[in-house]
Amino acid sequence: MFNEEIVKPENLVYKKTDVLTDVIMHYCPGCPHGTIHRIIAEVIEEMGIQDKAIGIAPVGCSVLAYNYFNVDFVEAAHGRAPALASAIQRLHPDHHTFTYQGDGDLAAIGTAETIHACNRGENIIIFFVNNAIYGMTGGQMAPTTLVGMPSATTPYGRRVDLNGWPLQITELVAQLPGTYYVTRQSASTPADVRKAKAAVRKAFENQAAKKGTQFIEFVSTCNSGWKMTPVQANEWMRQNMFPKYVLGDIKLEGQIVREYNPEDSKVIRELKSVK
Amino acid sequence: MAKELKLMKGNEAIAEAAIRSGCDGYFGYPITPQSEVMEHLMAEMPWEKTGMVVLQAESEVASINMVYGGAATGKKVMTSSSSPGMSLMQEGVTYLAGAELPCLLVNVMRGGPGLGTIQPSQADYFQTVKGGGHGDYQLYTLAPASVQEMYDFVFKAWDIAFKYRNPVMILSDGAIGQVMEKVYVGDYVPRWTDEEIAKNAPWAAFGKPASRDHNIVTSLELDSAKQEKHNHRFQAKYREMEKNDTLYEEIMCEDADYVFVAYGSCARIAHKAVQIARDKGIKVGLLRPITLFPFPTQPIKALAQRVKGILTVEMSAGQMVYDVKLASEFKCPVEYFGRYGGIIPTPQEVVEALENKLIKG
Repeated sequence: MFNEEIVKPENLVYKKTDVLTDVIMHYCPGCPHGTIHRIIAEVIEEMGIQDKAIGIAPVGCSVLAYNYFNVDFVEAAHGRAPALASAIQRLHPDHHTFTYQGDGDLAAIGTAETIHACNRGENIIIFFVNNAIYGMTGGQMAPTTLVGMPSATTPYGRRVDLNGWPLQITELVAQLPGTYYVTRQSASTPADVRKAKAAVRKAFENQAAKKGTQFIEFVSTCNSGWKMTPVQANEWMRQNMFPKYVLGDIKLEGQIVREYNPEDSKVIRELKSVK
Repeated sequence: MAKELKLMKGNEAIAEAAIRSGCDGYFGYPITPQSEVMEHLMAEMPWEKTGMVVLQAESEVASINMVYGGAATGKKVMTSSSSPGMSLMQEGVTYLAGAELPCLLVNVMRGGPGLGTIQPSQADYFQTVKGGGHGDYQLYTLAPASVQEMYDFVFKAWDIAFKYRNPVMILSDGAIGQVMEKVYVGDYVPRWTDEEIAKNAPWAAFGKPASRDHNIVTSLELDSAKQEKHNHRFQAKYREMEKNDTLYEEIMCEDADYVFVAYGSCARIAHKAVQIARDKGIKVGLLRPITLFPFPTQPIKALAQRVKGILTVEMSAGQMVYDVKLASEFKCPVEYFGRYGGIIPTPQEVVEALENKLIKG
């Protein structure tokens, strides 16, 4: 029986933000894109900056992000979002330009645009979703694929002699003078989602204060590409991704808060399988 | 409008016109022979005069995508480059065309292929008017033949770009870019206000007010039926350009037995060749396409029906000649003469080619 009480405004406990549209998302069940979209949209709503927000969508699974965010959006060519954002933010210095990019887009084909936008200290926010794989094209090796991790183009696991080392681009951009806030988050548990949302809020606030480049990595799963259930993928990420891509702040207020030893990049961890 | 006379390089005239035409942003990367465009802008510091943004990008790939970003927000933005750099930009150019973004591109052509030479050339005709990037698209293409036209066409470009929501190319060459000539410059046209942008570019992504739905700028449409419809609309737009905005100039064509067809620097050379030939008693005229797309097909067709032959003069191995042949509907012989790889033809060579290929032949 319908309970009249729950529709009363005073009993409202949760409402989907209006900064997300009602378009049904195309993401796979278990994919964290939806959650990451939501926390970004919620921060935009809470800060009252919907009319100042301009998003840049990448090429990859989140290419259609523009259908889900109820803000003005531009769809970039593969990897070029930071170049678009640089120009847009310079032309609209009081707006909130942000990019939303995957690991292939940001850390492979778009490496130059990423590095130079960060180095110039463009007053933009870069949201970087790292699931260690090319999701949309069918699970090929990405720059962030772990050593030993199978993918469509590394069917027997990534090999350093063939494919080189995984690229820790977040540690790399933290070294650049233009970045102000660099952090690595995830959306794998409710607690992580809350932390990630606080990081998103901090990035938008820093941008409002014109502090320079804000860079947030979200370590993520791709259960379809990884060929796991969502629950398995989440656990696999915790077991295997987090030791390599350690969560937490790397740079705060322009100061490195977690030193990076390049030798750590060469540590090969045996991948743990998850049942 | 108050006019001021200046002595300028073609490249400097592009930059000066950008500032004075209300351009909002220039994004570029150095390459010879067009580097004076950004150098002039950086020296003039237009951000202090008009609020115009100037940014030296890390590559041509970045600069064309900065143009894409700026154009997506309804701003008047531009870039310039030369042939190898313009090749790098082609991905961005087709995205601009696909997302229907008004903007200005300037190619100060140099000899190729590959790294080629830094001397003048017109060998990017095919790249510019037949595609360059992937997909069915066209750039409205202006071909200046003087420093004055380098200046004037920047103003013209904004009108056309926003009229059709389409990128406009100024296809110049190293000779026009580097030569110094007198040029009349006009008053500063103010940059558009936010209100003017909202009115003139209501489709743009400049921040969503509560009063409208969110604007999306994209060239993606996964539904093929819709993608074909998009393409139909593009083609209709290109036909409108052909109908309404084809530009050309005819010089001494009224009594001509033969006609040169040449654009840009080659039009200047061919104009001199007209005088030399007429001194020798050969009645020659010149048709100068000012727009390369849309191409002046109809006037060439009309000339072909009454002259004894047409000679195209190009700094390429023969590219525009195909469009002239098609336009002529083969009513008269159409021949090509050109020098390339950075060599500029002399008027004497042009007259000799006319005699050898059309009169004696």
